[in-house]
Amino acid sequence: MSAAASAGLFSRYGRRKLVNYVFVTLASMATAVAIAALVMILASLIMKGFGGINAEIFRADTPGGGGDLGTGGLRNAIVGSVMLCAMGMVIAVVIGILAGTWLAEYGDGNRLAGFVRFLNDVLLSAPSILIGLFGYELVVLPMHGGSALAGAIALAILTTPVVTRTTEDILRLQSNQLREAGMALGAGKGLVIRAIIWRASRTGLVTGGLLGFARMSGESAPLVFTNAGNQFFSWNVLGATASLPMTIFYFALSADENWQRLAWVAALLISVAVLSANIIGRALARGSQHK
Amino acid sequence: MAEAAIAPAGETAPQVKDLRGISRAGRNDAIFHALCLSAAMLLMATLAGLLISLIIGGWPALSHFGLKFFFSSAWDPVADDYGAAGPIVGTLITAFLSMLFALPLAIGIAVFLVEFCPKSIERWVAMAVELLAGIPSIVYGMWGLFVLGPWFNDHVILPLRLAAEPGSFLEKFLGNASSGSNIFTASVILAIMVLPFIATVFRELLLSVPTYVREAAYGMGCTPFEVVSNIMLPYIRKSAIGAVMLGLGRALGETMAVTFIIGNSHAFPTSIFDSGSTIASTIANEFAEATTDMHVSALVALGLVLFAITFTTLAVARLLLGKEKA
Amino acid sequence: MFRKFAYAFGAAAVVAGVVGIAKADNFTGAGATFPAPVYSAWAQAYHGATGNELNYQAIGSGGGIRQIKAKTVDFGASDKPLQPAELNAAGLLQFPTVIGGIVPIVNIPGVTAGKLRLSGPVLGDLFLGKIRRWDDAAIARLNPGVKLPSLPVTVVHRADGSGTSFIFTSYLSAVNRDWAARVGANDSVNWPTGLGGKGNDGVAAFVKQTSGSIGYVEYIYARKDNVAWTYVENKAHQYPNPDPVSFAAAAANAPWGRAPGNYVLLIDEPGAKAWPISGATFLLMYKNPGNAQKAAEVLKFVDWSYKNGDAAAGKLDYVPLPLSVKNMIRKQWLQITAGGKPVYVSK
Repeated sequence: MSAAASAGLFSRYGRRKLVNYVFVTLASMATAVAIAALVMILASLIMKGFGGINAEIFRADTPGGGGDLGTGGLRNAIVGSVMLCAMGMVIAVVIGILAGTWLAEYGDGNRLAGFVRFLNDVLLSAPSILIGLFGYELVVLPMHGGSALAGAIALAILTTPVVTRTTEDILRLQSNQLREAGMALGAGKGLVIRAIIWRASRTGLVTGGLLGFARMSGESAPLVFTNAGNQFFSWNVLGATASLPMTIFYFALSADENWQRLAWVAALLISVAVLSANIIGRALARGSQHK
Repeated sequence: MAEAAIAPAGETAPQVKDLRGISRAGRNDAIFHALCLSAAMLLMATLAGLLISLIIGGWPALSHFGLKFFFSSAWDPVADDYGAAGPIVGTLITAFLSMLFALPLAIGIAVFLVEFCPKSIERWVAMAVELLAGIPSIVYGMWGLFVLGPWFNDHVILPLRLAAEPGSFLEKFLGNASSGSNIFTASVILAIMVLPFIATVFRELLLSVPTYVREAAYGMGCTPFEVVSNIMLPYIRKSAIGAVMLGLGRALGETMAVTFIIGNSHAFPTSIFDSGSTIASTIANEFAEATTDMHVSALVALGLVLFAITFTTLAVARLLLGKEKA
Repeated sequence: MFRKFAYAFGAAAVVAGVVGIAKADNFTGAGATFPAPVYSAWAQAYHGATGNELNYQAIGSGGGIRQIKAKTVDFGASDKPLQPAELNAAGLLQFPTVIGGIVPIVNIPGVTAGKLRLSGPVLGDLFLGKIRRWDDAAIARLNPGVKLPSLPVTVVHRADGSGTSFIFTSYLSAVNRDWAARVGANDSVNWPTGLGGKGNDGVAAFVKQTSGSIGYVEYIYARKDNVAWTYVENKAHQYPNPDPVSFAAAAANAPWGRAPGNYVLLIDEPGAKAWPISGATFLLMYKNPGNAQKAAEVLKFVDWSYKNGDAAAGKLDYVPLPLSVKNMIRKQWLQITAGGKPVYVSK
């Protein structure tokens, strides 16, 4: 192409430049849209969430309807959510790490392992409402009622695939030299895994746990059938307890202004927990990469 | 494993051979292996249990209504007549629309981050996208219900409604549109939810294109647009489609965000501004309160249909993506 | 170090769990949203007085019936009374707790609470979708002097199985022949048109955010959520205010004591002051409960609320039952037995 032909807007080169310019603009606008959406959502969350916080939030339990604006708190919901997450995390982490270890360490060349990996992904992407349905059939019906235990089991079913996945990925990253060194010292395979490989992937395993925690605390659909809620404060794991997501589910869909205020505060609390877990997890992952 | 006379302290120091001739260390290893295996089997059993409970629960409805179940849009608890067409159509339409909105935006964001973004703000933009992915779904539902829905109702639905002459095309287009809680706004919320996920995957895929390919294209004088559209996107085409299917799978299964803003109407939607329902929102709303056994079975059958749809999507995605990305 | 922390945490968790499980004088119920505000107030007061907790899930009458039949709660609550045949087949006892009224609510620019008047037939036509705009002649005729905009009508009904729906559709079936023929009365019907809200709360929320909408809720929801209610013409062609006086007037002729299974409807009752869409709300319990102690706890709670809860009910605009009816119900509780003896005898 000679220099003369590249002059002018409607020359071939000019057209290509124009198309490129339009494209760059569109791509930038797309990013701007995403950032704008983020800003709008966070702004609503922060304004309505922080705006609704008062001294009562951590001291009082969820109020009945028709209360004056500013009454009531979320104490029972917060404690319930903490209980659910703690129990669910224990189950999910134990089973997830063991299963992930099996896939990574004992699963090579094993067709069963490929099958299990695939099923793990299916469970990972299963709609959470169906897991709640399963939890209802499995735990609530035999126990004649919803309970925090049932909710924790449903949440654990939801989270275990995440932990399994990240555990397998992390363990596979460890160099085989570590394993060979351990075995050369006379350790059996189990001890090599427990004493050496797990210890070396500590950070990654914690990251997996945090990501699982982030997924668990943001989910509410499994709780609808397993642990619907409780007006009062309760430590009883064999009975239903309040929880932040279910509180939001009831309060947000009502027309009671005090309840809507509390729903925004609960949403803010959940978001803070989830986002902190995400940020800490990614920071840990990045930190361990730099080592 | 041979017993060494000089051995490191701890479990592998063989003390006493038990009667079966297996050292304690070996036994511990076997126990550990069994533990790991049983954890993996437990996972499989859970999935199997899920599938079986769906089939058992949904069988009465499916056998009673037969194929009609998928095409009828009746939902009459009085007459115990149920048809899944409304929720199925709602699920498919919201997922499809949300992908329609999200995909161009996601590709745009990924391309922006990889090609055009100034290095100084790249970390922040990437973090913003990750933050968007981290917001819990129920918060999206609330934002849709309290912010997007009313705005949409006041600024779009209501003016259109008031302006529509009876019998005009506009009125037919609007269908039964009446509030900000409708299929369109639900799709918008879903799109915002799925967007960061697809954008992140696309960004990683674009970053996996070898540098020499890109440099060769630039060296030939291609504009960035041409590099992206003619070289990079075709390079990752197969994995990209897989990523799209994964995003679709997430959009299909989302419950909470949609339940808040879809309007909960079982009628077959006549316009995208109609209220509708998805399979997930129907189950969430009605399961605890379904009074007859056939009603419960119909809901579980809906769950089975949803499971089948998401499973198929995931399987196709896996095939396209290969083992690494999913 | 981490191990010590883990052990301490585990021990604390076990202790908390055991303490929590031991405190087992709590009992559960589920069902109607119609009386949920007053049950919540009673539960709060009862907890203060005795320390026992009621965990009540307001999931709609349909849910209450389903859960008591599935034995996942200690009592079910429903505004739709079950027929005696169904009660006997399931082995359930049914008794009322309070009486309330249902009001239509609207969201029309310029129309505030208590400004609009509707008649039964017009209400039915609105919910059938036959009246499509608010300035329709049928509505204007009943409301001379009220400026009605030409806004399309949006119907909001219940998405869940609801006793409130049962009472409301029973009323529509009684006063609008077209409704009776095409739709009928039940807690979950094939609504010809409209959006579905979850619970009384959900309907109020939808109406509040949708211009030109009409829904129906128990009166306290209209009052506490600041949504505009309308007058409804009663059988005597009067327009009484929705308040405990008119709800009680509707219940004045109720045949308590003569109705098998306490099946009583308060729809379109005669009387100049009677509110046409009133109803009682019921509790359902097993005559031979699996857990006698929990059943006794439930009856203790209801007995306490009968004795001490009238003021709270009145404040929320419900009508407490007359003393004679309460005493009749207390005698019916003797039918709830375990091992041949009644689980609870009221003193």
